[in-house]
Amino acid sequence: MSAVVAEHDHHHDDHDHGPAKGILRWIITTNHKDIGTLYLLFALAMFFVGGSMAMIIRAELFEPGMQFVDPQFFNSMTTMHALVMVFGAVMPAFVGLANWMIPMMIGAPDMALPRMNNMSFWLLVAGVLMLASTLFMEGGAPAGGWTLYPPLVLQTGKAFPFAVFSVHLLGISSIMGAINIIATILNMRAPAMTLMKMPLFVWTWLITGFLLIAIMPVFAGAVTMLLTDKFFHTSFFDAAGGGDPVLYQHIFWFFGHPEVYVMILPTFGVASTIIPVFARKPLFGYSSMVYATASIAFLSFIVWAHHMFTVGMPLAGELYFMYATMLIAIPTGVKVFNWTATMWKGSMTFETPMLFSIAFVVLFTLGGFTGLMMSIAPVDFQYHDTYFIVAHFHYTLVPASIFILMAAGYYWLPKWTGHMYNEKIGQLHFWLSTISVNILFFPQHFLGLAGMPRRIPDYAIQFADWNMISSIGGFIFGASQLLFLYIVIDTIRGGTGEKVTDEVWEDAHKHGLEWTLPSPVPYHTFTTPPTVIPTEHI
Amino acid sequence: MKKTKQLFAGLTLLASSQQGAQADYPLNLMSGITKVSNHIYDLHMLILWICVFIGIAVFGTMFYSIFHHRKSKGHKAAQFHENTTVEIIWTIIPTLILVAMAIPATKAVIELDDVQDSEMSIKVTGRQWYWDYQYLDNGIKFESHLDEASEKAHRLANGNPHSVPHYLLNVDNPLVVPVNKKIRFVFTAADVIHSWWVPDLGWKKDANPGFINEAWTLVPKAGTYRGQCTELCGRDHGFMPIVVVAMEQPDYDAWVKKTLAKQEEPVDLADLSREDLMSKGASVYLKNCVSCHQINGSGITGTYPALTASPKVIGPIDPLIGFIQAGTSRMPAFSKLKDDQLAALLTYIRNAPELGNSVGDEIQPKVITPVYND
Repeated sequence: MSAVVAEHDHHHDDHDHGPAKGILRWIITTNHKDIGTLYLLFALAMFFVGGSMAMIIRAELFEPGMQFVDPQFFNSMTTMHALVMVFGAVMPAFVGLANWMIPMMIGAPDMALPRMNNMSFWLLVAGVLMLASTLFMEGGAPAGGWTLYPPLVLQTGKAFPFAVFSVHLLGISSIMGAINIIATILNMRAPAMTLMKMPLFVWTWLITGFLLIAIMPVFAGAVTMLLTDKFFHTSFFDAAGGGDPVLYQHIFWFFGHPEVYVMILPTFGVASTIIPVFARKPLFGYSSMVYATASIAFLSFIVWAHHMFTVGMPLAGELYFMYATMLIAIPTGVKVFNWTATMWKGSMTFETPMLFSIAFVVLFTLGGFTGLMMSIAPVDFQYHDTYFIVAHFHYTLVPASIFILMAAGYYWLPKWTGHMYNEKIGQLHFWLSTISVNILFFPQHFLGLAGMPRRIPDYAIQFADWNMISSIGGFIFGASQLLFLYIVIDTIRGGTGEKVTDEVWEDAHKHGLEWTLPSPVPYHTFTTPPTVIPTEHI
Repeated sequence: MKKTKQLFAGLTLLASSQQGAQADYPLNLMSGITKVSNHIYDLHMLILWICVFIGIAVFGTMFYSIFHHRKSKGHKAAQFHENTTVEIIWTIIPTLILVAMAIPATKAVIELDDVQDSEMSIKVTGRQWYWDYQYLDNGIKFESHLDEASEKAHRLANGNPHSVPHYLLNVDNPLVVPVNKKIRFVFTAADVIHSWWVPDLGWKKDANPGFINEAWTLVPKAGTYRGQCTELCGRDHGFMPIVVVAMEQPDYDAWVKKTLAKQEEPVDLADLSREDLMSKGASVYLKNCVSCHQINGSGITGTYPALTASPKVIGPIDPLIGFIQAGTSRMPAFSKLKDDQLAALLTYIRNAPELGNSVGDEIQPKVITPVYND
């Protein structure tokens, strides 16, 4: 439990290897910090793009009847909202955090493959821009849901091949990012940084990296089969030619289920990094956290058809996927218990990162409970494809992944910029977000149980009141996020003006190598590996 | 102002009880009417209470800690970081709970799956965007579309959903079933995947094109039960509800007799008045054409052609009849329309002011000559 601040033998004012000047710095950069910043800013921009689509959805659902948009456009909005949020906002944000933090957490000078790092970012931009461009094409953007189920998705207009190609680009980008992260973690750790001393964030990303490499080619394969079905007269998913539309669902969810863990495992990692610092205690059960993460990752590959309980599976299939899915509750439960035990008998303070992390533990657990409920196959015959499901996965994504990304922003921004954010506005952002996110999503449980299907632009009168409340929550939540944008800009430009120390948070240097570096962090760090590493987290 | 009041009322109800407000603020799953739906409801409540119990324990511990173990109260941090006993306990207890839940869940899955010994079979075909029912035992078949009142309320700019009874949950021809008979449903689809869900029956089942799925029900009491399509199936996914009317056996028998008789009636080729042609045509249009060509005939630019001032629509009628009966690569064939329906439809699309056309003719059923016939 000892920690020593690492010595640095390079000069902080040495500009020989500083960034290029002007816009070119960002285009050709191979620096992990610059690329991390690019990823994070891009993700933040896409968060607002995807969020605007959600605002359109909630505006149309504010009252029964069709008021603002055409049903087809509504379907495009639900589809694009999901794709943009998943592939444009949440995943890139975590890759951005990985770029910034993994080298600094393991004592490496940069990522293992810096040029590929640059390329994977710009491919992401190309992929997302291509996806967004489908909004302006004849026949509109894809409107068959983010799962792109055939035969419906084959009815997409001119946008179809562009959507498929953008999935390919996003897949290549993700795989390159994953390879880079794995190579960095396995090869570039400081000598003293053994695997079982790595911070949990590094561990969760190592496992997530393998998930990504395993699943992205599967998704690329599935959409390529859609492409050949549409343009080259194959019949993978067309019964008339001997194919099966349900085959697509199996392939998709073999990708799709691990994909949701791609978004949640790094979330767990950040939470496990932040909570001990503000509880002033070591993380409870470090090794069980690592094993639980690995178990969840393994289980994620063998439970996919729980997304398809009503598709018409044999009895044995229903039972197997039900039992396997229920098992996920065990390692997930271990994680929640460990976070609670980490807080227990701590000496807690409640700065914004901690507030978001606590809200994450509570609200993610709510999402976990509904997940457990819908693992029970017969009950899922009622829940499936209703707003109960919408409420479930939004609880596991918005007040979980998104909240933790916010927490990470507040937690590391002072280290990145050397400036302190405005704590008052940060806490205001937290409370507005937490209250409104519940007004937004909690009533959706009731709507789903009462019988409202998902992905409908209009609904029966008995669903009107909860929908209106949900929409109001949505508008407040959406507006509150502008505060975060303000805080990020304000902090970059100087924040409160308070000079932050190297460790920023009290005794943080005992928890992670990044807090042994100066604030703001120099352009190049750990050009020689640190010899002593903090071990408070294990 | 009304909205603010409604919101206020909603929040008040949230805070207090929901007494008397069940209709507007439904909270829980309905127990439904069948044995299966009741078993599912019981399972749902069991799991819900288990989750509530675990939630109270975990969140209770956490919030106790948050209130007491804080630095501002001078609490000094303990430094423990593992406890094997505790970790084993909190792995084993959830495992036991899961096993306990798996037992009734398995029973319910087996019950849902058992379609044997059914007394009658109904084939359900999902289509964009209506349901097609076929009684395999007596040959009754019909289409079930969203009712006209809902159709108009959601399509017209000045439509008022609040004035429509069972808005979006009503159909022109409900599925009629007898009570206390084990009914086997077979599901398929003609175009894309749909899903047939009536919450009161306790389940939904996907209708996959080219494949058959099975499910069963036994409705114990007469009544009307409503549901919706629950698999995204395109633009009008939200507008293809399901209504099941369960009848006592004698009523059902009478319905079968009446429906069969009507089904076998020959098409009435007698001339109709202009008003009758137009109103009948409007109704055919609402069921079959409005999804693509829109209620004002404007179509969707770049996707579906407009009918307003279309040379195909206001031109000679024989090519138009052929066009509608045979379909095109983009438009399905409407050979299912009877001569009287087709005549009314033609009159309507050529003359309806709401579509912006006024050819000024009347097309009578007897002038329809089949260009294409299946």
